[in-house]
Amino acid sequence: MNNDKSNSVVLITGASRGIGLYLTQYYLGRGYCVVGCSRSESTVSHANYLHHCLDVSDEKAVKTLFSTIRKAHKRLDILINNAGIASMNHALLTPLTTVEKVFSTNVFASFLFCREAVKLMRKNGYGRIVNFSTVAVPFALEGEAIYAASKSAVESLTKILAKEFAEFGVTVNALGPTPILTDLIKNIPKDKLDKLLEKQSIKRFGKMADVSNAIDFYILPESEFITGQVLYLGGA
Amino acid sequence: MIAYQKILELIYSAIDELNAGNGDISVNKEESTPLFGAASVLDSVDLVNLLLSVEELLEDELDIEFVIANEKALSQKNSPFKTVATLAQYLTEEINSL
Repeated sequence: MNNDKSNSVVLITGASRGIGLYLTQYYLGRGYCVVGCSRSESTVSHANYLHHCLDVSDEKAVKTLFSTIRKAHKRLDILINNAGIASMNHALLTPLTTVEKVFSTNVFASFLFCREAVKLMRKNGYGRIVNFSTVAVPFALEGEAIYAASKSAVESLTKILAKEFAEFGVTVNALGPTPILTDLIKNIPKDKLDKLLEKQSIKRFGKMADVSNAIDFYILPESEFITGQVLYLGGA
Repeated sequence: MIAYQKILELIYSAIDELNAGNGDISVNKEESTPLFGAASVLDSVDLVNLLLSVEELLEDELDIEFVIANEKALSQKNSPFKTVATLAQYLTEEINSL
């Protein structure tokens, strides 16, 4: 790992809005070379930014994305597996197609990106992967059965991939944010959100900076002994 | 049409890469070289690295994107990863049928 961040390549999924957009701008601001992807176009215009429009669960498109990164940069240092969709509804009102969509984006795509990322990272014997869970897992929130189940799967992936990727010098960790005022939770009634905040040790909405602070810790070269961990914000 | 011999050359290049990056082992560039099992000098990580290097060479030299460890390969009764020759034969057939 070199300390010149302009040579360090970060891949961020779901980069066009919400936390992903914030992280894209944040890491560009810190001098990283950032590759982002999402279904929609990005509004970010920066000399060190390249955006790819794709469906994160489309294996062929994802493979092509990694091929492009390999040919352009010959390396990948950090993967931030941020892309995710939520489903917040009573189980009796949840169609199977919703379950399939949530698992496809949150679990299958996270796996796909982890698998392809480590293929590139192994070349340098170095890599940092950060997956996204949620406080809905430890809180076992009603109305979030499918979302929480998909993120539980992400946590299991994180812990097991941490073991499988350790010999390649790649750490795999996860972050469980509290609600942050983004598009993902825009349709949740205020009383539900207030009840959720009551469960946290620190009873406030999360901030984008809380997320980047935790990710900064995971991706430090000095964090080489930190892997297979899930860090919940707000004291879940 | 990609020839068996061309695929074999790519596998040998991947073996060169593996041998150069791993001082502990020396994999022979022969068709009969076992890639896994008791007779092989490769451990599971070496095999993974070898297959990934072959995938990269397929992309770089032949412009072919192909996931070697796919469902078909992993479900075959006789594993295509048994020897260099079985791997070359499997890849030749699969790539030419794309």
